[in-house]
Amino acid sequence: MIMTQIQQEDRVNLGAKKFSMWIFIFTSFMLFAALTSGFIVYSGQKGHALDVKMPTAFIYSTIVIIISSLTLFLASKAAKQLQFEKQKLFLLVTFFLGIVFLVIQIYAWYILTYQMGVYFVGPNASRTFIYVFTGMHLLHILGALIVLLFAIRGAYTNIPQVKNLYRMEMTSIFWHFLDIIWIYLYVFLLLNQN
Amino acid sequence: MSTLAVHDHDLTHHDEAHEHHHKATFLNTYVFSQDHKMIAKQFLITGITMAFIGMILSLLFRIQLAYPTQSFPLLETLLGRFAPQGRISPDFYMSLVTIHGTIMVFFVLTAGLSGTFANLLIPLQIGARDMASPFVNMLSYWFFFLASVVMVSSFLVQKGPASGGWTVYPPLSALPKAMPGSGEGMTLWLISMVLFIASSLMGGINYISTVLNMRTKGMDLWKMPLTVWALFLTAILGVLAFPVLVAGVVLLIFDRSFGTSFYLSDIVLNGQVQPYEGGSPILFQHLFWFLGHPEVYIIIMPAMGISSEVLSVNSRKPIFGYHAMVYSLIGITLLSFIVWGHHMFVTGMNPFLGGVFMITTLIIAVPSAVKTFNWLATLWRGNIRFTPAMLFAIGMVSFFISGGLTGIFLGNAALDVNLHDTYFVVAHFHLVMGSAAIFGMLAGVYHWFPKMFRRMMDERLGYLHFWLTFAGAYMVFFPMHFMGLDGVPRRYYAFTEFPSWNKWLTVNVFITWAAMLSGVAQLAFAYNFIHSIFWGKKTVQNPWNANTLEWTTPIEHLHGNWPGELPTVYRWAYDYSKPGSEEDFIQQTVPFSQTMSSNLPHDFEDNPGGLEEYNKWTATHKANEPVK
Ligand code: HEM
Ligand SMILES: [Cu+2]
Repeated sequence: MIMTQIQQEDRVNLGAKKFSMWIFIFTSFMLFAALTSGFIVYSGQKGHALDVKMPTAFIYSTIVIIISSLTLFLASKAAKQLQFEKQKLFLLVTFFLGIVFLVIQIYAWYILTYQMGVYFVGPNASRTFIYVFTGMHLLHILGALIVLLFAIRGAYTNIPQVKNLYRMEMTSIFWHFLDIIWIYLYVFLLLNQN
Repeated sequence: MSTLAVHDHDLTHHDEAHEHHHKATFLNTYVFSQDHKMIAKQFLITGITMAFIGMILSLLFRIQLAYPTQSFPLLETLLGRFAPQGRISPDFYMSLVTIHGTIMVFFVLTAGLSGTFANLLIPLQIGARDMASPFVNMLSYWFFFLASVVMVSSFLVQKGPASGGWTVYPPLSALPKAMPGSGEGMTLWLISMVLFIASSLMGGINYISTVLNMRTKGMDLWKMPLTVWALFLTAILGVLAFPVLVAGVVLLIFDRSFGTSFYLSDIVLNGQVQPYEGGSPILFQHLFWFLGHPEVYIIIMPAMGISSEVLSVNSRKPIFGYHAMVYSLIGITLLSFIVWGHHMFVTGMNPFLGGVFMITTLIIAVPSAVKTFNWLATLWRGNIRFTPAMLFAIGMVSFFISGGLTGIFLGNAALDVNLHDTYFVVAHFHLVMGSAAIFGMLAGVYHWFPKMFRRMMDERLGYLHFWLTFAGAYMVFFPMHFMGLDGVPRRYYAFTEFPSWNKWLTVNVFITWAAMLSGVAQLAFAYNFIHSIFWGKKTVQNPWNANTLEWTTPIEHLHGNWPGELPTVYRWAYDYSKPGSEEDFIQQTVPFSQTMSSNLPHDFEDNPGGLEEYNKWTATHKANEPVK
């Protein structure tokens, strides 16, 4: 009976912590909203249009991150159905896809800089914004990968199921959010690329 | 149903005991404490320390303003290269103004105020054992502490601290060579602010989550005291506004250190054309003020909440218009995001856009006025007890009115063209924000000191502190309106050297001496504060006869706040002097069944069973009453 009680208290507390994650998502959303608004104000000036065709690498990274969201979803589902082997597998795949996303984004920077001549430093900061958007997003991805690692470790060390699900949920909220933010940024850039 | 509930609580208690297993050491009790009450005290003491530092900085630049041509050898002894020949150097003057503003706005009135009272009051007044995440809460304090250390340490670098104003506009903040303070001083400013924002966000997320998830049984949102409402909405403002400052600062750091041109264009430095092209300093202003304006409400709203509570308790009356108070706080929260343009009327903004910002700005005066009228109506015909906390709360209302009125002038674009960047603005915000928020904070300190330190502060020193500070603040800031109307610009090193403004020298001398007087008054506070922590009179459990939950906790602090089960809440926090009640206060934990003689029909708005009981009771008592 005491155990159930402690679990119940934990659940209340975990609920509050999950809620905190949602608020964090809001702060993070505000950051990107501010950056994109900054872009609108900046590129509204004369002669500061972006005028860059987005590299195709971004299409690939978009596909990769969408798939990673899917695999993470499958991992959560497996965790809920107590299929822990499957959960581990999908978590690892998600982690791997996260790394791939990271690599593709950096590759896109390489393309932008060395093949398209769109430099980080230059008189048209609209172009710098591409790097700022992707860079800030990548920083978040790094953070999310660490959160993902916690979930993976939890899955491998057999923590109580409540905690396991809690970690899965924290990870999912963050990861799917970053997925959506990337799509937002990409579409934003596509709409403004002329 | 009810047995189940009781059961739950018993076990909660057990769980508490379970948590007590780790040993209390000095380190985890006083330094890396995760207890919200200790963290509140840490925030308070750090905040007060920063306030004294900020105040000393202001006294230094006041000396320069009053005696621009005189030399004070003592200053050279104290400040060395920053005051050659006993006169504060122009660069150092700018640093003083900048760091004074930064410390007061962010470190004292944001972290010091919200940090202290959100930590102390949110869990205690909603009936929670601690914050949602005590660990993150502890981190929030330590990030704040580090930020404070870094900010103050910028006085140790060769060229002095940042000096471009607390708003750190580029290009002065973006070009390390622009002026002495733009170098390492500015770098330290940025590092400090990054730490500070991290601290604010961690704190704010915790406060919101705690309020929404951890209220005790019966404490629905509409039973929360106004302090909690204010701190809650403040946290929401912070969480939405600070990330925008992060965006602005990130771009600033890129300009500063990586050669991009977000904010920079057409710059010639020491005769050399700089490579920056196409940037827009206005962009920074937009990003800064999108935070900056909500920030001023982040500062004032906790003070509003504290004052509402203190005014009600000490008028022995319910707060006037509780719902209106909450809705006006919500209104301010929403509106504060769409008025930032009023800081930029003279940036060449499209006049139509200026008109839009003018209208939104004037609209935000409405909820502000609602609050003011409600405070006055709360005082009206109350049984006022003039405790020091009460005086400070009244002072808060006074400053908020006198400073708020000038906001309405500034909010008119046509007037602001003349008044922008003059001492009129300085007068406006020092009254409406600076003085009002400090007074709200002090009201809170005097009021909740017994809760924090288990002892009372000395009342007489409190009165002395109040009257000197109150008179001092008006003497300092009121004359500045007239200087501003005469066009005297702010942030000038020695404006009285211009023949046309020479006449203001005597006023400057007056203001400086008034500032000294107010400064001395703070010593009375410091003495009272420190002395009372150790030797003050021991407090009783509920020294002010107040209704809120924090006064139902034992005097001795314990981890988890309440021994045994958490209190259950039955009523709002403002049942003071309720007709028919024996005492002039009824705590939130007292059920209506124990106060039959003072219940009113609207106490049972969403409780039909209770209403039935109430009607039965009144019917029988009417019958027994002798006919008059
Ligand atoms: C009654 C509603 C208010 C109105 C209409 C109003 C309007 C304004 C306007 C138009 C300015 C810009 C002046 C200029 O730079 O030319 C201003 C400056 C300022 N206001 Fe208010 N204000 C109001 C209330 C407040 C409150 C409640 C606070 C703080 C708690 C506040 C804090 C400030 C500060 C700090 C500045 C100056 C910032 C700076 O340039 O350093 N104001 N106000
Ligand atoms: Cu404003």
